[in-house]
Parts: sequence; structure tokens; C-alpha cells
Amino acid sequence: MSDTFDLGKMIFGRLSLEAIPYHDPIIVATFAMVAIGGVALLVAVTRAKLWGYLWTEWFTSIDHKRIGVMYMILGIVMMLRGFADAIMMRIQQAIAFGDSMGYLPPDHYDQIFTAHGVIMIFFVAMPFVVGIMNYIVPLQIGARDVAFPFLNNFSFWMTASGAILVMMSLFVGEFAKSGWLAYPPLTGILQSPGVGVDYYIWALQIAGVGTLLSGVNFVVTIVKMRAPGMSMMKMPVFTWTALCTNVLIVAAFPVLTAVLAMLSMDRYLDTNFFTNDLGGNAMMYVNLIWIWGHPEVYILILPLFGVFSEIVATYSGKRLFGYSSMVYATVVITILSYLVWLHHFFTMGSGATVNSFFGITTMIISIPTGAKVFNWLFTMYRGRIKFDVPMLWTVGFMVTFVIGGMTGVLLAVPSADFVLHNSLFLIAHFHNVIIGGVVFGVFAAIAYWYPKVTGYKLDPFWGKMTFWFWIIGFYLAFMPLYVLGLMGVTRRMSHFDDPSLQIWFQIALVGAVLVGIGIICFLLQFYFSYRKRDQLRDETGDPWDGRTLEWSTTSPPPQYNFAFTPRVHDNDAWWQMKANGVKRPQDGFLPIHMPKNTAAGMVIAGISTVLGFTLIWHMWLPAALSLVALILATIVHTFNYDRDYHIPADEVARIETQASEVKA
Amino acid sequence: MTVFKTLIKSLAATAGVAMISGCDWVVMSPSGDIAAQQADLIIWATVLMLIIVVPVIALTLLFAWRYRASNKKATYQPDWDHSTHLELVIWAAPLAIIIALGAMTWVSTHQLDPYRPLDRVDEGKPVPAGVEPLIVEVVAMDWKWLFFYPEYDVAAVNELAAPLDRPIKFKITATTMMNSFFIPALAGQIYAMGGMETQLHAVINEEGVYDGFSANYSGAGFNGMRFKFHGKTDEGFAQWLDTVKSQGTELSRTAYKELEKPSQYDPVRYFNTVMPGLYDAILNRCVDPGTLCMKDMMGGHSGHQDHSQHEADHHAH
Repeated sequence: MSDTFDLGKMIFGRLSLEAIPYHDPIIVATFAMVAIGGVALLVAVTRAKLWGYLWTEWFTSIDHKRIGVMYMILGIVMMLRGFADAIMMRIQQAIAFGDSMGYLPPDHYDQIFTAHGVIMIFFVAMPFVVGIMNYIVPLQIGARDVAFPFLNNFSFWMTASGAILVMMSLFVGEFAKSGWLAYPPLTGILQSPGVGVDYYIWALQIAGVGTLLSGVNFVVTIVKMRAPGMSMMKMPVFTWTALCTNVLIVAAFPVLTAVLAMLSMDRYLDTNFFTNDLGGNAMMYVNLIWIWGHPEVYILILPLFGVFSEIVATYSGKRLFGYSSMVYATVVITILSYLVWLHHFFTMGSGATVNSFFGITTMIISIPTGAKVFNWLFTMYRGRIKFDVPMLWTVGFMVTFVIGGMTGVLLAVPSADFVLHNSLFLIAHFHNVIIGGVVFGVFAAIAYWYPKVTGYKLDPFWGKMTFWFWIIGFYLAFMPLYVLGLMGVTRRMSHFDDPSLQIWFQIALVGAVLVGIGIICFLLQFYFSYRKRDQLRDETGDPWDGRTLEWSTTSPPPQYNFAFTPRVHDNDAWWQMKANGVKRPQDGFLPIHMPKNTAAGMVIAGISTVLGFTLIWHMWLPAALSLVALILATIVHTFNYDRDYHIPADEVARIETQASEVKA
Repeated sequence: MTVFKTLIKSLAATAGVAMISGCDWVVMSPSGDIAAQQADLIIWATVLMLIIVVPVIALTLLFAWRYRASNKKATYQPDWDHSTHLELVIWAAPLAIIIALGAMTWVSTHQLDPYRPLDRVDEGKPVPAGVEPLIVEVVAMDWKWLFFYPEYDVAAVNELAAPLDRPIKFKITATTMMNSFFIPALAGQIYAMGGMETQLHAVINEEGVYDGFSANYSGAGFNGMRFKFHGKTDEGFAQWLDTVKSQGTELSRTAYKELEKPSQYDPVRYFNTVMPGLYDAILNRCVDPGTLCMKDMMGGHSGHQDHSQHEADHHAH
């Protein structure tokens, strides 16, 4: 702050030992656990001599399948953090009544609910959705990879970089105490001078680059790389929903980038976009963030609608009912999702006509969504339904999601929203659709496609345990919140006076514990399935009698996915091939042109992490250096001409023959 | 109302949530006419949607059971994937519900617009001729509520009172943080934002003490941003005003600057005289002498949102 040049300040900025919250026993204990776990993991990897394998086969891999798996692992790891936050909040709210202040002071509690929201949306739901699309979309359209394989690896590492920054905030400094959308003026520099909001901004900005680029990648992949014969109206429904989701990403994420850029200018450069004074207006932020935020919830749910469509048709042994109406419904939802954002703030005084408009557009979305539910229903009608784990999740979803949809439409009635907005009713609603829709969908997708990824099925016992603990836990955890909302209880409270509310919070805590057991079962199923992999092995590549192209190749698929590009004649391409007795080609293999692995994505994302961290802490000198390094690394990468190679024809022949022998 | 209450009770019973009418669910059994209409709307909208939701859930479970793979008696049509009639129903049924709900939304949103002056104080009781609304100016501060009664030249921190069956017009702003002014027993919430004014028209019909609070998280002191709202008879309200006047102190500029400092869990405080034009100065962010008021910047436009049909009267004291 002095006029003289202070080198220490230029290097370390606001960072000092004080930034380490060693006085908070909860954080110290968490850190100890993370540190011990981390060191144990590093030692294990080193002793197993896995670093080289991880580096060449995974970290630098530009194979969409490997990247897809890495996204899923990131999602699972971050889900544990997000759930830890959730259970801490549930415990606090169950005990902090009257004289008891609970165990979390507001300062800590406020960081937890912010981190919970940010992590669950950006670093759990998004990686899951992008991960599933990564693995499945190229296989479903008969492609060998995505359109821009390097960009795909880079996108993953940028997402991981954002996640790393959020995790660092736990141990170095603090996280935002602002709620997951960081409304100003609370997040202005005057009201939040600490580093919390800056962690939020830079984590999201860096991860946002990854999300946007993977959106571009998938739009191009789906538009340009479909197998011959696969017209738009012959695309599998999951690919359709992936296309719509990525269109939404490409159109919506730049808005988030822009609004966060303006918020950071308010914080770093004393501009006044969203301040109370000098012509700033916080409502502008609220508008802009929801212009991104509402499409975001459809970005999350649409691909899972696709997943459920695939699953319901496969396990009913039947064509999907109303394919074209499913596609039109998806497209209609995509478009309408841009016309509803104001329903998140009816209560800011927009006037009756504006509120009615946005209320009614919101309700209109329920028409195509309702049509989808009916289509799934009539796919089951006159089917032969096998209740494997993915189908259990699907039925659980159909029942749960319509309840969440109903409360959502209720919240879209402005006059009802005036009494329910910001209440626990709202919290119950969006967990009802996000858990009942997105999370159930992700678990269904994992159970459904796991044999494709690994070559063996997941143990159904642990899958069913996961399902029952989750669904019962969900209802116990969130139905009480609907009740509390109707009792006029608002969100984000860390202490209550009225003792009559406590029982409902205690029931919710029991629900959260059950969900926690569900998560443990979910993790155990990977372990037990691995141990029983020989019993669960699937040699056919098509364990569920599937309908779409990903089931036509081996499990796991070869690096190049398909030795010959399939020809498509039907929207259930593989089903139709099986019906016509199509045989795997035995000869005539050609060399396959493949992209080469590269470390550039990891390097550039790594530098971005450093840049983010130094900007958060106002470490201007290292920030400037890392910015220069970032630009240099990018330029250097563009000069890398050693980017591809060919898999020789006899190598392809060897792999294919081996696969055919196993199948026969 | 009685018809409604019977209906609510029977519905609640059938839906298996027999607690709605019996229990203390303030949103569903409020004490002010506006909130009561909002509660009725919730019931009606839910009933309308249940027409679709209940059959969907029932059919899902029914089909899941009937068409299970082990039931070989059920018909199996693996290639049946289209029926124009069925598709029509699938799209038309939700459409019909949404048309009804949309109409209900349009009417109720205008009817219950918080900016709209009341035309009734209770069901079947229009506002008597000559009754003017009680004006209350609300300021959300860090982290307490300040209520001005310009008609009586008094103010109070963290306590609000109003006479029964008299329309209340709230004019709402904030010092810094964005809060939401919400008394569930009285009426729906509306945001309190710095440099802007929002409005709420409501009426309380039953005597009692109700909870009021900020419904929008506003930082460190958010938990304690609560107050009691007293619905009082005319005599009770007059007594309350007397108490405020007798126990209150002066709310001068200096006293206000002191009050403005962030604080948490503030006790109730009364002010028996208020610096003229203080609310207006807070709204226009010019309490400090010498600062330019927002309404005088930018070509004389005031900073608050301009709803021309309900143009707020800028009364200076």
C-alpha cells in the first residue's frame, strides 16, 4: 500500500502464514485426513511403479474414452467433498436450536453452503455429464474420436484446474461466503475483501474455459463426424440430447465468463458494474448470471434425459416410443431454456406483466418435459422389462422427477413464488430435480455403460444397495424441507429459535446419513465388482442386448473404436444390424490414422492454475510471469507438428481377430 | 373462505398430509389477506397439476409391474413405437393443464402484484372509503431492519406493528446488502436493494405476533436479521405508538450514522423523532452532507425502479 516498491508484496501479495486456518480444528483434521490419504495414494502409485503408465496412458491421453473416465473420477472425488459439506450442514441445522449454536460458526457455515453448491454443480454434475458424453457420443455415432482430440484433453485439465483451486481454498485462505451464485453487492470488494470470492471467480473462469471448449468440440463432433447413413433423425436420442446440451454450453457459458469478468473488474480495478454507487446495479448481475444459470440446469439434465431414453428402450426390449416427438421435445426445451431466467427473481419487483410472461414460459417447458415422461412410459408399455440396476434408477427417476417437476411449476407461478422463494421449499425442489434427475441418471449411466468401459458388469447386489439407500435417503432428506418451506423457513440459516422445526431437520439428517451409506455402497461396488470381475465378465461387448452402435464394438473398445466405419440404416443401428445378421469383418483391414498423445493440455492447465492462484492472492509478479508462460506454452504447442501416427493394418487385424475369437 | 377451508381439509386428508390445516404451517394458514390468497393459489395450482402427476406415477408403477420380464402373459410388441392418437394425448394433456395454469398465473400475478394498492382488506370486505394505507418505509441494514412511520414521525429497529384491516404500503430499500423483506403470515416477500425502492401492499387481519425476517442471505449477520411483526387493534396500535414516543430517542443524522455501522442481533429500539427526509436520503444514498443524491444525478431520474402506473410519491418531510 506504500508508494515505494515493495518486492515482498509483489511476490507474495496477500499470502502469509496467517492464511492457513490452523486454528480451526475441523479444517486441521480435514487437512490431516486429506494429507494422509494423499500421501498414501502417492506412495501406493510409486510403489506400484504406475507413474509412467498414468502419464502415458491417462494424463496425456487424447483418447476420448480415457478422458471420459478421468472426468468421471474427478466427479466422484468431488462428490465426496460436496457430500461432506452437505452432511456438515445437515448436522448443524439439526442441532443449532435455541441456546445451542451448533458446531459451525456462521463464518464457516456460510463457506460450506457456498462450496457445496459450487462443487456439486461445477465439479460434480458437470464432469459427470461431460464425462458420459465424452465416452459415449463418439461410439454412438460410429466415430474414432472427437473432432478436436487435443482440445478435449485440455478441456479436462482446465476443469480439473478449477477443482484444484476450490480444494486449495479449504486449506489456504477461505472460500466465498456468498452462496453459489455470488450475488453482489455482498461479493463486492467492500463487503467481501477476502480471497474467498476470488477463489470462486478464478476457479469458475478456468473451469469455464474447459467447459466451453468441450462444448465446441462436441457440437462439431456430432454435426460433422456421424457415420454414413446416420442422418440427424437417425441419431440415438442420447446423442441428440448431447448435441442440444453442447449448443446450450456454447451459447450460455460466455455469459458466465463475461459476468464474472465484470465482477472481477469491480473487485480488482474499482469499476462499478454491480456496486450500489456510481451507477452500478446489482440487479444486472442477477439478470446476467441467470441468463447463464437457467440454461445451465438444462445443460445438466438434458443428457440424462438421453441416458434414460437409451436405458428404458434397452431394458424394455423395445423401440423407444415416439422418437421424433422425443427429439422435438429436446429441441423445444433447448430453446425455451433461454426464455425463463427471470423466474429466479420474481421477487425483485419486475412488475406483474413481466413476471407473468416469465412464469408462463417456464410452465410451457413442462409440456415437452411431460411429453418425454409419457414417451418413457409408453416405451415400457408392452415391453419385457428387465429390472437391472440402470432400469431401477430409471423407474426411481420417473417417479421422483415428476414430483420435482410439479413443485417447479408451482414455483413458476409468481404469486406462489413470493411466499416460497428462497425458502427450504425451493431447496427441496431443486434437489428433487437434480438428485432425482441428474444424479439418478448419472448412476444409471454408470451401471449401464460400465461393462463397455471395463469389460465386466458391476455387481448388481451393490448397485441395488446403492439405489435403495439413495432413494429412501433422498425422500427422507428432502421431503421434510418441503414441509419446512411451507412453515416459512428460509435457506442458508445456521441457527434457529423455533424448537418445533427441529424434528424435521433431524429427519432430514437421517435421510442424509442414508444417502451417505448409499455413497459408500456406490464406492464398494467398484471394489467388489473388480474382485468378481471374472464372474461378471462380458465377452460379447453387448451385455444388455443393446440397440445403438456403442454395443457393436468390443468391451472395452479398441483405441480406434471401429476398425471399419459402420453404415447406419436405422435409429437403433445396432439392433437393426443384429436383426439382419451382420457379421464382424474378418479381413481387408487398413491402417488407422490416430492422433498422438501430448502433455500440452496438462502443462497449459497447470500454468493456468498457478495464474489463478497468484491472481487470487494479488501476487502480481508471479501472476505476470505465469501469464507470459501461459502464452508461450500455447505458442510452443502450435509448433508441435508431431501430432499423429498410423496403427498398421496387421496390428488392427490382430486386435480384431482376437476380439472375434473371444466373441465366437 | 369456509368452502375453501373444507376443501383444503378434504384435500389434505386425501393427499395424506393431514397436517396442513391442523399444524402450524404459516405459509398455508397465514393471517393476512394477501398471504391467504397466495396460499389458496398454491392449493389450486397443486390440485391442477396432480391431475397429471398422480396418473403418471400410478402408470409408471403399474407398467413397471405389469410388463416385468417374468410376466409372460403380458403382451410384448418390440417394434411398436408410434401411435398418432397417443402422441396427440401426450402433448395435449400437459398443454391443457398449462393453459389453465397459465390463465390462473396471469390473473393472480396481476391481482396479487405487490405494487398494486389493495382494493379489499379481506374476502368480501372492500377497503372503506376514505381509508388511506398506512405507509411504512423499510430499510434493510447490516444486519437489522429499520422501519419509518412517516405519518407519525416515529421509527423503530427490529419491530414492526400495524393495525388490523388497514391497508399497509411498504416502501423498501437497503443500505448495502441485498435482503428480502418477508413476513410469511402477512404477504409474500420482496427484495430490499440499495439505491432502489421496491413496494409491497398488504393487510393483516388477525391480532398476533408474527415472524418477519430477511429471506435473502446477506452475509455474516443474516441469521439475526429477524423481527417481530405485531398485528394490533386500533387501540393496541395507538398504545404501541405511545410506547415508541415515550421510550424513543431522536433519530438524527448522527444517530443514524451510528446505527448504520454493521451490527448483529440488535435489540428493539424506538425513535420518537426522525430527521426530515432521512428515508429519502438513504434511498438516494446521500445521508452524508455534501453527497449528491442519486435522484439528482443522471438527468434527474431517481435511482429506484420506475413503475409508472404505481409511481411512488416522493414525499419529503
